[in-house]
Amino acid sequence: MSTELIIALIKSNIVLAVLLTNTILLIWLERKLVAGMQSRVGPDRAGPFGILQTVADAIKLLLKEQIMPLKADRAMYLLAPIIALVPSFLIFMIIPLGPDLNIEIGGKNYIVDFVGADLNVGVLYFLALSSIAVYSVVLAGWSSGSKYPLLGGVRASAQMISYEAAMGLSLVPVILYSGSLSLVDIVSSQSGNLSTTIPILSSIVSFIPKWNIFPQFIAFGIFFIAAVAEVNRAPFDLVEAEQELVGGFHTEYSGFRFAMFFLAEYINMFNMCAITATFFLGGWLGPTFEGFLPPILSAIMPIIWLGVKTFALLFIFVWIRATLPRLRYDQLMELGWKRLIPASLVWLILSAIVLGLREFGLPWS
Amino acid sequence: MIEALLFFAPASLIIIGALIVIFAKNPVHNAMGLVMTLVSLAIIYITLNATFVAMVQMLVYAGAVMTLFLFVIMMIGVDKKEQTTDSIKGQTFLVSGVFLILISLLAYVAISSDFKWDLWFPPVEFDAEGTPQLIAGVLFTEWIFPFEIISLLLIVATAAAIALAYDTKKRNSNA
Repeated sequence: MSTELIIALIKSNIVLAVLLTNTILLIWLERKLVAGMQSRVGPDRAGPFGILQTVADAIKLLLKEQIMPLKADRAMYLLAPIIALVPSFLIFMIIPLGPDLNIEIGGKNYIVDFVGADLNVGVLYFLALSSIAVYSVVLAGWSSGSKYPLLGGVRASAQMISYEAAMGLSLVPVILYSGSLSLVDIVSSQSGNLSTTIPILSSIVSFIPKWNIFPQFIAFGIFFIAAVAEVNRAPFDLVEAEQELVGGFHTEYSGFRFAMFFLAEYINMFNMCAITATFFLGGWLGPTFEGFLPPILSAIMPIIWLGVKTFALLFIFVWIRATLPRLRYDQLMELGWKRLIPASLVWLILSAIVLGLREFGLPWS
Repeated sequence: MIEALLFFAPASLIIIGALIVIFAKNPVHNAMGLVMTLVSLAIIYITLNATFVAMVQMLVYAGAVMTLFLFVIMMIGVDKKEQTTDSIKGQTFLVSGVFLILISLLAYVAISSDFKWDLWFPPVEFDAEGTPQLIAGVLFTEWIFPFEIISLLLIVATAAAIALAYDTKKRNSNA
């Protein structure tokens, strides 16, 4: 086997392990945070601070009986959870975790890039896979052979399709600013500090990193709202409104198949935060303290920086969930189609004009 | 070896998907068969280094068009039994005749010309990196006029579809 193939295999195994353990941590973190915000204790029985609670839940779900409704469409019913899970793993493959690293094995130098695959169409790949994920919701709702999941599936897929449009449009100005569809290039275009021609401001501004969030703050806002809606989190969690809408597309799923939907949702949430960090917060960029720390530590500093940014965004996700009430369905659709999409279009035109002025100057001069 | 595998795996999936589209009884299974064909086709585009086309294929056809298809199929008439009798007399006979002619034509071309039956083909080196830039360059310089005309046509078509579907009478009585 060639070295590239071995490296690819190692990478995909690492991604699998990281995403699975990360989900366990994430669910525990969310339950603890929400509990703290609601003046409760949260899980505290299994393990220190209840950190093993999720493991216990996972074992419970694995051992539970898996019920399949009599009227279910067998093939599609079994396929839906798999379609939910696969894109969530695939999306993580394009997130750059750090700069290229030279590794010496047996006297030979290997360049390991800390990214699953540096695609020159990375942004499109991300959007394409998140549109594939809609199938899992549609199929799960339909194949259960029951009215509630069908309605839940239609509701959820309509929501995901609507917000996908706003999400894609809000990314276009970022692509214009970075001049590339590759996530690796988008990260490297954000290195360095902001600069301005105004002399008074330049001393202040030059300390701020050149992240896309500063020139593209409106795009960031639109993208973040759409991201929350896309991964079906509160206040846009009509997909699984347990209290008033009888669950959603996964009402008829139980045991491990339900766990797969749950897992996919949390991995998607993590992916979405990591991608937001990559697009707007400079990804893995950050001080590596090369002189102060041992070389191994400063080599993994980029991963730590990406982790810090991702978890900060995840904290905001949980914070929003604990704070805001759920939207009504028509409000949700109105926000998507009548507010976010026009806003992202206007912002796209404005950024294009600014970039054009910077590049070519005034048209009459 | 790997190149051949990367071709034959999606290629066979394309054929299986196409057969599902034709032979499956349930409309939703038909639609999913088509999705399988489209996604496998995207994989073949990737092996041909046309990554941009592959992603657009996934995004537009597999992502948007087929989801709408599935939506419509699910909302109307999944429970209805599919019509299995011929709607045109001698339909099956006619279609199989045309199919046979096409197959024999293909076989004739394959045998007569100097088509190489070397299935373990070598990989072809291709140095044009970055298909989005290539496509954008051509699209926004040489083909800008057709491109804009097509976008105008699409808007006209969308507006027409909305105008046709918008029931003014019903709307007025409700309001």
